[in-house]
Amino acid sequence: MHPADNPLVSHPYKVGRLRVIWHKTRKAAEPLTDSALALVPIVLVIGFFQMVVLRQPIPNFGQMMWGLLQVLLGLALFVQGLQMALFPIGEEMAYNFVRKGSLSWLLVFAFALGFGTTVAEPALIAIAEEAARIAALEQVIANSVEAQSSYAIGLRLTVALAVGIALVVGVFRILKGWPVQYLIIGGYFGVVLMTFFAPPEIIGIAYDSGGVTTSTVTVPLVAALGIGLAHTIHGRDPLIDGFGLIAFASLTPMIFVMAFGMLY
Amino acid sequence: MDGVVGFGATLLTMLRDVVPIAAILFGFQALVLRRKIKSPARVAMGMVFVLLGLTLFLEGLEMALFPIGRLMAQQLTAPAFIYDSAAAAAGPVHWLDFLWIYAFAAAIGFATTVAEPALMAVAIKANQVSGGTITVRGLRFAVALGVAVGVAVGSFRIVTGMPLHWFIISGYVVVLIQTMSAPKLIIPLAYDSGGVTTSTVTVPLVAALGLGLAETIPGRSPILDGFGLIAFASLFPIIAVMAYAQLGDWKAKRLKRSNEQK
Repeated sequence: MHPADNPLVSHPYKVGRLRVIWHKTRKAAEPLTDSALALVPIVLVIGFFQMVVLRQPIPNFGQMMWGLLQVLLGLALFVQGLQMALFPIGEEMAYNFVRKGSLSWLLVFAFALGFGTTVAEPALIAIAEEAARIAALEQVIANSVEAQSSYAIGLRLTVALAVGIALVVGVFRILKGWPVQYLIIGGYFGVVLMTFFAPPEIIGIAYDSGGVTTSTVTVPLVAALGIGLAHTIHGRDPLIDGFGLIAFASLTPMIFVMAFGMLY
Repeated sequence: MDGVVGFGATLLTMLRDVVPIAAILFGFQALVLRRKIKSPARVAMGMVFVLLGLTLFLEGLEMALFPIGRLMAQQLTAPAFIYDSAAAAAGPVHWLDFLWIYAFAAAIGFATTVAEPALMAVAIKANQVSGGTITVRGLRFAVALGVAVGVAVGSFRIVTGMPLHWFIISGYVVVLIQTMSAPKLIIPLAYDSGGVTTSTVTVPLVAALGLGLAETIPGRSPILDGFGLIAFASLFPIIAVMAYAQLGDWKAKRLKRSNEQK
């Protein structure tokens, strides 16, 4: 904090009024400048490849600027909302569950959070439909609308189940204080083993499904839950024990989707 | 008018994404925990911020960056751009013909990751929890570097047609070796950063690149080869974040050693 902002400090030196105003404005604009900085690389990359490599003008320049302004505002608002709602709520619920002292309810909550947030995830819906189309092309399933939609729903439920189970295992690990690497590396062995048995056309989709499950709303919530639990439980370190939930949620879907491909 | 309709549609999709989450949170809070939330007005306001923010973010991306980014991926992977003449196009594929694609893959992987809101969230949290030792920018930079290398290597794999799982399994072996020697504090965060990199901004552009490449190169099928880039983009950040911590550790040790010698 700048001394000029601190009401508890009697100022040893006089700060000019203009400087105070400058610091306050800079502080208020911080979320906006941060978002602007986050967008600089993508604008540079697109500009460079468009003008230098492909040698074409930027189409609809005005529209692009308007869109970038929206992205900027949106990012700044999201980060504000994160600190006001998603982080505190995740941590508060972790604290309340520990105080209630019911392990089974905590695990039910973890499963519901994982399953519920994943099953309706737009990125997953898109990938499941794509996978169903491919399965029909490869004649794994019948080439009909019903067969495709039941395959897509099956895949979505599989991934959601995988994420639910991942959070249950992950929360249990935080409570027990197990090191994350044993479980994750065990999971890697599972992935490698399944790769040799799963049909080749499911492998790419399975590997990708690990990455798409964790949405922008779920990630902060799950991170805050893990850190909140590690904070509240005696003897757990927030950095060592609090992180790791997201890693589980991106690992189990790979194994589950390959199993789905073998059974279907 | 179009803008208003588009905004409404995006808001609806976002609502569909957020409402189940809110229902689970408030359902458990009210029925199981039976506690009132602290400062509910602030939380409600924050939820509205998250919802509006993500809607604006997605709308803006769809307006400003996604169309041109997708078009770019198509143009860079089009045979007319890769080969100077039709004669060259008829010959066998050589991986060196695709240097601009690897450059684009790395650049777009880096740039989209830096702008990824989920990564920002995890970086902010890691910064708070570590008491400032892990900086928001440092973590984001390391992860973005990892994604850049991952997407470039993934494009190389599509061009050469080597099997996906050999790359991923080798990556796992590297992660395993690093895990044994990396500072313990960073390991869970490194594993987590693999999962958060690929969401709103990265997936649409990277997926377009993969499918475009698989369609252009003779002998590749979009089905078998088009997928897999996202897997690379979630594996390499784990390696990059651990390497970043190992580098810091190594530097600190070297400094200590040189101080002791004095």
